Amino acid sequence: MKVIDQGEGELVGWHDPDENREWIRKNKSPALVDKRMSIDEAVSKFVKDGDVLGMGGFGHIRVSFAGIYEMIRQKKKNLTVLGKTAVHDMDVLIGGGCVGKVEVAYSFGHELRGLSSCGRRAVESGRVKVVSEISNGGFQWRYLGGMMGVPFVPCRMMQGSDTFRKSSAKIVEDPFTGKPICLLPSCNPDVVFVHVPRCDKFGNCQIDGILIEDFELARAARRLIITTEEIIDNEEIRKDPDQTKIPGFIVDAVVEVKYGAHPTLMPDKYYFDEEIIGEWLIMSKTDEGTEKWIDKYVHGTANFEEYIKLIGGEAKMKYLYDVEHYKAELKAPWLDKKK
Amino acid sequence: MSKTEKPHYTQTHLMAVAAARVLENNKSVFVGTGLPMIASMYAQRTHAPNLLIIFEAGAVGPQMRMLPISVGDSRTTYRAIAASSMHDNMSFAQAGWLDYGFLGGAQIDKFGNLNTTYIGGTWDRPKVRLPGSGGANDVGSNCRHTIIIMRQEAQNFVDKVTFITTPGYLDGPGARERAGLPAGSGPIKVISQLGVYGFDEKTKMMKLESTHPGVTIEQIVANTSFKLIIPDKVPQTPPPTKQDVALLRELDPTGMAIGK
Repeated sequence: MKVIDQGEGELVGWHDPDENREWIRKNKSPALVDKRMSIDEAVSKFVKDGDVLGMGGFGHIRVSFAGIYEMIRQKKKNLTVLGKTAVHDMDVLIGGGCVGKVEVAYSFGHELRGLSSCGRRAVESGRVKVVSEISNGGFQWRYLGGMMGVPFVPCRMMQGSDTFRKSSAKIVEDPFTGKPICLLPSCNPDVVFVHVPRCDKFGNCQIDGILIEDFELARAARRLIITTEEIIDNEEIRKDPDQTKIPGFIVDAVVEVKYGAHPTLMPDKYYFDEEIIGEWLIMSKTDEGTEKWIDKYVHGTANFEEYIKLIGGEAKMKYLYDVEHYKAELKAPWLDKKK
Repeated sequence: MSKTEKPHYTQTHLMAVAAARVLENNKSVFVGTGLPMIASMYAQRTHAPNLLIIFEAGAVGPQMRMLPISVGDSRTTYRAIAASSMHDNMSFAQAGWLDYGFLGGAQIDKFGNLNTTYIGGTWDRPKVRLPGSGGANDVGSNCRHTIIIMRQEAQNFVDKVTFITTPGYLDGPGARERAGLPAGSGPIKVISQLGVYGFDEKTKMMKLESTHPGVTIEQIVANTSFKLIIPDKVPQTPPPTKQDVALLRELDPTGMAIGK
């Protein structure tokens, strides 16, 4: 196959499929082991400084904030983050000092809420390095390749653009059509967090609502940490096998954390907590403010239960349930400024 | 319009309705955050009830009742036909199922190439770092026709963007196909607060299609840093009616995208 062009971006999270097969053989097993543990145990056991990290969900949607806060508490360093619509998750991780490098599809932004000061400041000052660019679809299929155990996935994006020029992809002459086609290098992240509504103690997960990239991302992951709203019995899983989106044998840790995706949206359970996200957007405009926010909400709380109490407890979560179900009006500090 | 008379609509209302008018019934559209959502919801409630809306995070065919904040928001699956995945929806676009796609940008050039990656400095050390492609490159590469909505100023309607995050017609006719992008795809409209633009069939360069009420050709030229194709006769963009504005407010009651 003739290579026509190749991106200049750093290749992140790629493994020779044979090497990855060997890694799986040595480190994974379908044994029915009770994988329940605390979040501090899961993070200290499976997240290492310098790891390539992928967060499940979608930046503000169903993100394991229990995992994010714990990585900050444990002062994990120099993580390379796969920035596929990594927005609030990436921003807070950067603010917490955990991030060294980023491969960017969509980062440093908060969709309708505006741009993120914290992440931008880190990149503009050189504290955090963008090592390559890609598109959201590109990340999606890097994970698909990782899940499939193949070295690359062909696609018809990025061609002709500077996004390609700064990516780690290659353009080759397609042996079937003779036309140029883009090859995305597969990706097997070192560690991935996915937050789910329910799973059993073995890690068999049900997910409600859109899956985003989590089907492929979970299967591409080397270490997979599941945080869950609740643990259900294995019999419940076996009664409804079509509901299983992540099978337990690929999971390394199961952590029960009610409201563990707060302040992001958990389908059917709670809407975005715009008050807390808004406070972050305002305070993270300076380094001092960022530190204060992290001190108050992360270092100032011993665990997620304490954090939920601090943000308003059950009353707040009931309100967010009502907003999610169109029963209460959305309030957001950033919204008051729109004219 | 005299200077003292305040119109019943804003520039944002006009842009939303102008974008909605491009969308036809029984067609499909790939939708991003903000005005594209409002435009698609408006189209569905008016002239295009069977407009198939697709979101990158997984929603397929919703009939939304309230503006979502994010393309992954639960509001994107309201009365949807499926809550699926990014793999599914990006595949639909790449395989050719999507008639339209919406895009925005911080910078655009005469060929409709868009920059949402950085402004000033270098890529390694940008003066202003922007979010990057997100799903935009996928939409711009693979949807049949793209519609671009963005603010227009001389600084961001430029001859050449500093970074092509998302391909328009690249460097001219045939360039997309030569790069391997799907044949016949590319941007068809640019909607700004000043006017509506299309692309010349032969040169693939941006051309003025209509000016918004109260906007002069001189203003358009002053806010464009490249040589725009301007036909002899340029019609006026029809303004939104009072009913249009009422509907936009119903869809976005808190004014997230259309303002208060």
